[in-house]
Amino acid sequence: MLTRKAPELTYSDVTPKDVYLNRRKFLMGIAGAAVTGAAVIAYKKFARAVSLPAGPNTLASKLTGVIQGPYSTDEKPNTLNDVTHYNNFYEFGTGKEDPAQNAQKFVTSPWAVSVEGEVSKPRKFSMAEIMKLAPLEQRIYRHRCVEAWSIVVPWIGFPLSVLINLVQPTSRAKYVAFESYYDVRQMPLGPDAGISLPYAEGLRLDEAMNPLALLTVGMYDQTLANQDGAPVRIVVPWKYGFKSAKSLVKIKVVDSQPATTWNEANAQEYGFYSNVNPNVDHPRWSQATERRLGEFRKRSTLMFNGYGDQVASLYNGMDLKKYY
Amino acid sequence: MTLTRVLTSKWTKVAVFAIGLLPLASLGWKELHGELTANPIEFITHATGDWTIRFLIITLAITPLRKITRVPQFIRFRRMLGLFAFFYACLHFTTYIGLDKFFNLSEIWKDVQKRRFITVGFAAFVLMIPLALTSTAGAIRRLGGKRWQALHRLVYVSAVLGVIHYYWLVKSDVRKPLQYAWMVGLLLLFRLGAWIIGRGKSSGSTSNSSTALPVTAESG
Repeated sequence: MLTRKAPELTYSDVTPKDVYLNRRKFLMGIAGAAVTGAAVIAYKKFARAVSLPAGPNTLASKLTGVIQGPYSTDEKPNTLNDVTHYNNFYEFGTGKEDPAQNAQKFVTSPWAVSVEGEVSKPRKFSMAEIMKLAPLEQRIYRHRCVEAWSIVVPWIGFPLSVLINLVQPTSRAKYVAFESYYDVRQMPLGPDAGISLPYAEGLRLDEAMNPLALLTVGMYDQTLANQDGAPVRIVVPWKYGFKSAKSLVKIKVVDSQPATTWNEANAQEYGFYSNVNPNVDHPRWSQATERRLGEFRKRSTLMFNGYGDQVASLYNGMDLKKYY
Repeated sequence: MTLTRVLTSKWTKVAVFAIGLLPLASLGWKELHGELTANPIEFITHATGDWTIRFLIITLAITPLRKITRVPQFIRFRRMLGLFAFFYACLHFTTYIGLDKFFNLSEIWKDVQKRRFITVGFAAFVLMIPLALTSTAGAIRRLGGKRWQALHRLVYVSAVLGVIHYYWLVKSDVRKPLQYAWMVGLLLLFRLGAWIIGRGKSSGSTSNSSTALPVTAESG
């Protein structure tokens, strides 16, 4: 048996001298490549035009008669392309660009949302009915993902409270549970997502009734893109993005705190409340700052994502480090 | 033998070098064409991290490949591949401290202490530094082959820590870090097997050298 000891074999034994002398060139090549890479990035940073036309969004259709709603930020919205091509929708894959790619054929018509539970008038709403429940408002909201990136989106919808009032919650109503559509035939990547599906989210009833909470049917003058939660979702702008459940099929008013998907997946990292809070870090990263898509430097994260005037009173006397 | 000739040709080394730069070139290309997603810094961080682990795995595969095929010339590429792993680790680390933390050293130090995925990732990177520094023929000579080799076994630790770093980072979809874990695990098992067999051999328990297994007591 050949049991050669490695020390006897040095590089000079197997490497012709001219080749290993080339290492200097090799290292210089690496340095050159690094400088080139850095230069390219720096160049792009300054030359960054709002890139690329919006991707094909053939399924979205124009919404007319939209009025300007309250609470809009005057910050500059992100491009439709950024918002539709960088997001999480785990039913369509766990990569940020997966939803744009895999949700194209998502069938969202016909569609109905069942509103039930602790209500006197449970009811199923067709999409056509939902569109007519209230005037459609444009609300330009900041949207802060738990992963420390953020966007500004002109959503279109109306207050969630309109829908909830219609079904008349009973005196036992304390929370609202949201369930997203899930069909593995339409969402074959769902089983690989590592979270339990259908996606479940929840709010306290008073949170759901807050005028900021938006039942959302559109964005950027159009109906919602499939990958952003078509045809109807909620947007809860003072909470981390995952609280804003997409593609809703069921809204259930309940008497106790409902189980929610990310909280079940990892309770230490994703609390039921999940209010945007720069003072409570995610165990694995800081929540003090965020990267607004399209910006180079990070910006400070605002308490309640800057919506404290509207929602801080909901949490009076609560220890938000405990109820994160 | 043609394979040997190809492997010892200096052009093969040039080609491997060029291939090693492709991931970086691809990042540059995507940047110029606006294809780094809406969050380029995150994309670059992930891509360079991915390629660090991939080059570590490729580097760790050289010795098994060489032994299984009994073509020693494969080792000519090991140093370059290892240095590419270090190169992408440097880019990954630089992206993190520069573009993510903007050189805020106290923030970075807090991260390293507080966030275990950063702690292990940082350790994996730091352990690669002495290996890169002693990658020269001169260093091998100065250290002596045995000590050099012992030192360079740190790459096993780096690879394992790198995979743990990735596993702890993802939110729920652990498939990719698990794939890497399998690969690193197999490559380390190969060495363990080689070591056990080699130990048996050197204690004189076997005599049949003509049917020697394609492994030797040498590790690497």
